[in-house]
Amino acid sequence: MDVLTVEHLAKNYENEPLLVDLSMEIHSGELLCLLGRSGSGKSTLLRIITGIETADSGRILWNGEDITNLPVHRRGFGLMFQDFALFPHLNVMENVAFGLRLQNLGEEEINRKVKAALDRVNMGEFASRKVTDLSGGEQQRVALARSLAPNPRLLLLDEPLSSLDKALRGEMQDELREQLQQSGIPAIYVTHDQEEALALSDRIALLHEGRIEQAGNASDVYARPASLWAAEFLGMTNFVAGEVVGSAPFTVQTGLGRFHPQINHSMPVGSKGTLLIKPFMAVSTSQADSMDRVTGQVESCIYQIDHYRIKLRTANTAELTFFVQAPLAMGAQVTLSLCQDALLWYGESR
Amino acid sequence: MDRSHPAVGVLGVRKILLQWLSSLLWLLPLLFLGLFFFYPLVSIFKMAFARAAAQGSMISAGLVLQPLWFTLWQAALSTILTMLAGIPAAYVFASFNFPGKRLLRTLTTVPFILPTVVAAAGINALLGPRGWLNLILMQIFHLTAPPLSIVNTLAAILIAHVFYNIPIVIRVVGSAWAQLDPRLEQAAGVLGADRRQVIRKVTLPLLRPSLLVAGLLVFLFDFTSFGVILILGGPKFETLEVAIYTQALSFLNLPAAGLLSLVQIAFTLMITWVYSHLASGMNIPLLPRLKGEGIRLPRRSGEKLLILLMVIFLVLLQVFPMAAMISRSFTRLEANRGERGTVQAGLTLDYYRELFVNRSNSIFYVSPARAALNSLFFALVTVLISVSFGLMAAYALTRMKGRRWLMDLAIMLPLGTSAVTLGLGFIVTFTHPPLDTRSFPLLIPFAHSLVALPFVVRTVQPVLASIPASYRQAAGVLGATPWQVWWKVEMPIISRSALVGAIFSFTISLGEFGATSFLARADLPTLPIAIYRYLSQPGALNYGQAMAMSTILLLVCGAAIFMLEKIQEAAE
Repeated sequence: MDVLTVEHLAKNYENEPLLVDLSMEIHSGELLCLLGRSGSGKSTLLRIITGIETADSGRILWNGEDITNLPVHRRGFGLMFQDFALFPHLNVMENVAFGLRLQNLGEEEINRKVKAALDRVNMGEFASRKVTDLSGGEQQRVALARSLAPNPRLLLLDEPLSSLDKALRGEMQDELREQLQQSGIPAIYVTHDQEEALALSDRIALLHEGRIEQAGNASDVYARPASLWAAEFLGMTNFVAGEVVGSAPFTVQTGLGRFHPQINHSMPVGSKGTLLIKPFMAVSTSQADSMDRVTGQVESCIYQIDHYRIKLRTANTAELTFFVQAPLAMGAQVTLSLCQDALLWYGESR
Repeated sequence: MDRSHPAVGVLGVRKILLQWLSSLLWLLPLLFLGLFFFYPLVSIFKMAFARAAAQGSMISAGLVLQPLWFTLWQAALSTILTMLAGIPAAYVFASFNFPGKRLLRTLTTVPFILPTVVAAAGINALLGPRGWLNLILMQIFHLTAPPLSIVNTLAAILIAHVFYNIPIVIRVVGSAWAQLDPRLEQAAGVLGADRRQVIRKVTLPLLRPSLLVAGLLVFLFDFTSFGVILILGGPKFETLEVAIYTQALSFLNLPAAGLLSLVQIAFTLMITWVYSHLASGMNIPLLPRLKGEGIRLPRRSGEKLLILLMVIFLVLLQVFPMAAMISRSFTRLEANRGERGTVQAGLTLDYYRELFVNRSNSIFYVSPARAALNSLFFALVTVLISVSFGLMAAYALTRMKGRRWLMDLAIMLPLGTSAVTLGLGFIVTFTHPPLDTRSFPLLIPFAHSLVALPFVVRTVQPVLASIPASYRQAAGVLGATPWQVWWKVEMPIISRSALVGAIFSFTISLGEFGATSFLARADLPTLPIAIYRYLSQPGALNYGQAMAMSTILLLVCGAAIFMLEKIQEAAE
């Protein structure tokens, strides 16, 4: 079983730390989506793994062998660029053949592999076309064929869909996932787009301040963001400041009342922190005695295909967003009962 | 299991080797410039100061001021005339489609890369004492002597300057004009501006940078004009360039020549500095890109008249001198003494045949064919040097981070230095074997390479810089070594611009006259030197041979322009 290990990688960019003590691992057959804001260093990490850039410190291992100082052309990895980087002086076929020729394969074998790679991405008929005459989607397919043709040990993809328009992007996501699954080549896919990450893979890693903030299955990461930053980055919005007032059961006091959230680590009574109220699993209730609840005035109620999104103005003027199954009247005073899974407590202040 | 140590060792050596090699990239061109440009320049400085201080009385102020004044004023006058003639031509080319436009565009581009000697020969073939105009007038009015004496007047100089500088105005101003957004002018019209106001308030302000750049470039070329003044101006007219030449080669007064060179350098550097400042933000295409929504067929009769007048004017000014020269090279005109003005005309190949004859009583030790071979050899060496050093310098410039401007300046400086100064620098610096003009004929292509190098760098470097880093990286990831990345990705992409640079170098070397006139040995002349010598000798045969050689050079330059256009078309 092949494995790429990244150990304690650090890289400064213009005297600012970009990557700090970054470690991660990827196994054969895996597709890992690396999520991070732009400027978080995710592209730099990819380029260090491929050998285009060098890290200031740390090691990169392939099956335990140190490849940190191996020059880029001897690593046997593949990389798909944001702008595809198809060679404009070569046609489609010659672009795909580029890596194969460097492996000193016979002409017949090269032709066979080029044809197979192009057929796999449904570009067989475009073999003798100029790459500058291709549409964005076609270029993307040729770039994928070029990356896969030499059968790399590991494929790295640097936001390869970001230059396509939205409609095409959705189509290409599905195609890309199928291709990557079929090839069985382990891959790291870099993106800032969560939807894209979820569409491609169920393994995600969040990159923040030069470290992997959280990694794991998408459903786990979404269920329990490891930090306030992760929760915010994943698009969660309802944050309320508060203080721990009881440990058994764990209880916090906020401006909206008392709640009983889940915790990652135990927190001492009296410590300050932030409560995250996830918008899901909220139910309008008339029972005033349910354990965790929020009361407020409905400011808006918008129909969104499989649920209604409401904005709730609470007594302490905080505005919260919830997804509910049944519509609520505008201006109505309602109480929403919250499931304990929807409540998370972080010992950090925003 | 620990294999990292030997790997690091090998990599370390490779890295050091690579760094060493990449520093060679800028070291070699700089070394060449240092030895063959800066060192001769410093020699001129030293000589001018040292000896001028010792024998100050020998150099009077008039010696410098007179040629300086004439240089400035003829350059200013030439520039104004060129702009006046060139702006309407640029407008016509940029705004209208008309029959024969393509051909006329190519024909009017030729004078730009025509050697000055050939340009002078062309004007001579049309307006000189043996030129067509005088011959026709003599025929019609039965005159014994040529009625028009334009050669050896200021008019001849001005006509020649306008002749070979108009292409710059058409090219620079015309392409800026063609790229103007016609909607801006339309918007001004909608807002109530009449045609004259549109031109004054919108078009001209938008064109101002390109007008300034074109004007300065023309002024620079007129300021450093040498061959034209020497051949068409005669002994009365002395620019700085001609004064340097005569002081150095006729009066053997090297300190005076050095001093004149200093003045010349100071002025040309100033002009170049202003020029590069203005042109830095501008994209000056090599060949005019005359496409766009603003170009249309003429509609109003005024437009048609303007186009007709411009076409006639350009044919007269640009095409006639070349046609006169070509036809003159094939025509024998034997005017027998005693018979008043009778001219027996006939077509002949004599002048071409004569090129291969080595007459013992000729002023040459070698035949003109030999001069052509010399020119060809020097041109090939120039291409080799300027393209290889130019590629290195372009590559280094692209990769450099700090000190880029310094390298850029070092490469561009020879452009701002006159060819005559280069030649003077060479003869005062390289006085001992094996590096003197007698034992080292390669000094000529070295001087030519200094002139050609900036052109190569300017053509190749932008293309190289426009290659996204991702291409190199993609090739690397796919398994290409740095050398293979260069050979399989970068080289094919820049090959077209390198070819353009090579063609430019070739034509520059073939036509170079200023520096060559200092460096060419009597027994190893180049074509322009031979043409100059033939033109300054009396006799129909000499004149005819000058025309024949000029025609050959013209055809080579025409072929070069044709190739450049083909390359341009292929690129689109």
